[in-house]
Amino acid sequence: MLKTFPKGGIHPPENKLTSSKPIQRLPVPKVVYVPIAQHIGIPAEIIVDRKDKVEIGQVIAKSGGFVSSNIHSPVAGTVTKLDMIVDSTGYKKQCIVIRTDAKNASNFVETEYPLKKEIALEPQKILQRISDYGIVGLGGATFPSHVKLNIKADKKIDCLIINGVECEPYLTADHRLMLEKAEEILMGIQILMYALNVPRAIIGIENNKRDAIETFKKLILQEPKIQVAALQVKYPQGGEKQLVRALLKREVPKNGLPLDVGVIVHNVGTIFAIYQAVQHNKPLIERVVTVTGKKMGNASNFWVKIGTPIKDLITEVGGMPEGTRKIVNGGPMMGKALKNTDVPVTKGTSGILVISEDEASRGETKPCIRCGECVTVCPMGLEPHLLMNLSEKGMFENAGHEDILTCIECGSCSYVCPSHRPLLDYIRFGKSIVKKLDVSKN
Amino acid sequence: MDSPPIVISASPHVHSDRTSKRIMYDVVIAMVPAFLVSLYVFGINAFIATATAVVSCLLFEYLIQKYLLKTAITIADGSALITGILLAFNLPAGLPIWMIVVGSLVAIGIAKLSFGGLGFNIFNPALVGRVFLLVSFPVQMTLWPTAVENNTTLADAVTGATTLGIIKDGLQFGETMTELSAQLPSHLNLFLGITGGSLGEMSALALVLGGLYLLARKVISWHIPVAVLGTMALMTGIFWWADPQHYANPLIHVLSGGAILGAFYMATDLVTSPVTKKGMLIFAIGIGVITVVIRLFGSYPEGISFAILIMNAFVPLINKYFKPRRFGSKIKAKIV
Repeated sequence: MLKTFPKGGIHPPENKLTSSKPIQRLPVPKVVYVPIAQHIGIPAEIIVDRKDKVEIGQVIAKSGGFVSSNIHSPVAGTVTKLDMIVDSTGYKKQCIVIRTDAKNASNFVETEYPLKKEIALEPQKILQRISDYGIVGLGGATFPSHVKLNIKADKKIDCLIINGVECEPYLTADHRLMLEKAEEILMGIQILMYALNVPRAIIGIENNKRDAIETFKKLILQEPKIQVAALQVKYPQGGEKQLVRALLKREVPKNGLPLDVGVIVHNVGTIFAIYQAVQHNKPLIERVVTVTGKKMGNASNFWVKIGTPIKDLITEVGGMPEGTRKIVNGGPMMGKALKNTDVPVTKGTSGILVISEDEASRGETKPCIRCGECVTVCPMGLEPHLLMNLSEKGMFENAGHEDILTCIECGSCSYVCPSHRPLLDYIRFGKSIVKKLDVSKN
Repeated sequence: MDSPPIVISASPHVHSDRTSKRIMYDVVIAMVPAFLVSLYVFGINAFIATATAVVSCLLFEYLIQKYLLKTAITIADGSALITGILLAFNLPAGLPIWMIVVGSLVAIGIAKLSFGGLGFNIFNPALVGRVFLLVSFPVQMTLWPTAVENNTTLADAVTGATTLGIIKDGLQFGETMTELSAQLPSHLNLFLGITGGSLGEMSALALVLGGLYLLARKVISWHIPVAVLGTMALMTGIFWWADPQHYANPLIHVLSGGAILGAFYMATDLVTSPVTKKGMLIFAIGIGVITVVIRLFGSYPEGISFAILIMNAFVPLINKYFKPRRFGSKIKAKIV
């Protein structure tokens, strides 16, 4: 029996179209648009000005507080504008526009480093490096990594979990990275285990990525402290709380963090970024992005500079397919629909999904027939139909008492609802109000 | 470059192909075997009764929505169709047509639309229609036609009273189960449907077949049917074990009357049953207990319709008190 989380979950069609496509390097864009709010928390503060020359990897916006992150220039070039542009949230956000210097060779160097095994830095220096080099969670949440790694003296961590689940349909960025950079990821794990003094690590991978599981199994033969666990394919297993439950049978308390049960969870992409930062002095200026869609001719995976407009990616795979009605930043379950393709790739962009006519529109909303399917699939043990009703009727205090704030917005309820009810939309709305009311404390 | 108009909506951007319409039509498909058996046993009367109930349910829904409520017409969603079929399944063949029409009006008009239509009704509409007819026209509603009258090939296999009716009357007149056994159909005949009763409750085999289809299509879960029938078997089993001369054995109880029809098709009605599995079990055990109490100690030979309606009334309460366990609300894990 493969491990998984016991309560709820769904199995949407996997559609991993690009799992056999090696990661290609996207040509360096002529202009990059680097937003200063690419992470959860306080936006970074811009420290460059118009007409400034910047080097590749130079800090261009400084962390604005503890829960914040530095932002580095993905290219060598000239700052042309400090502008407001629409990002994937649909809102206008402040952003640094840099024109790439076509003559600067550092822009075009293939940065393939040989594997470096010796860890030269002290634990404290490693953690500082992770903070300085702008590492955030690359699984999609973009939570600044140094915050997760800042463990108070009273907390004890006994297990590091590496999230290689990639439960979102279509996306294969993590899968490809695990296949192509397995040794580096393993090294990254060892760096973190050393820095945090954690006795063991488990890499959790869903069973639809057998090749990645086998790759790691071979590599860890000499590493008794690191395990690989194959997981049953079930969405949203990549959710931290679900993954911790699946691998260790530990349940993160209601308003708590994995830290409260002695665990830290990091995505494989983040681990790779940590490896590069610590061993090769490379800040987070690029990431793997899956560009995919059923009608996308050359769907594939790419190394993409942060700030690259999404239209560059679309062009690279052969242009926008006929009949495209929706462009999603991320996977189909949790990704954000984009207004246009000028939106730049940010640290949290794991994929670009193009959806055609027949799948783009929602079905007509019908009355709830109380089938209870949303309750069955909710991985958090909530009652989505009830939360939607309470939010719709403005009964936010009740919604708070029904634990609306613990919703992880995985979308399983909306996915299964036979009446096409916008459950998650109303729950999000309810959450936003309840957060302000702060009534869900008890 | 963007082929307008681009759709912007919040996630998720994909949806399962399970729709309420598909669920409704799966229920209709599941009832086909039982309908075929009713045609075989009762001939044209079964067809007339079912057609009347279905047409009047659809018609009343259309008329009430169009002229009285002035809302959108929802007759295509399949729910009124199901109500019609289920109502017919709960009636004796040969019931006067006008009574079937009245039953349909009560089911659709009072039990369903006056509560707000699909999804808002508290009670199972078909059962409200049936119970209304049962208390209004007790004679006609317990007049079970014999097969001879209907020119079927089953000759006198079908009796003038239902199995449960024979038992109830016999025991009241001081007969014992041994004495009654000659009048009762065999267990095999009960299972196949060679017995007396409402249109759709005849054949346990056909009903279970449809029930398995519903389970396979994930329209229903096992909790309600298993718990209803299990509770009935357990309770009647205890009485039978204590006094086999005055109580029928559990197999007779489960196979006769509306037990299987109720357990698989009516208690499982999504709208009027609890949403959690825990709640479903409580609801179903309640139905089992009330049914057995009515059958053994009440004045009606059969009680599952009443049992389901009574438990329907408890559904909001069950939903309130039997909630799913919130993730992380009870911490079992400890740090090793």
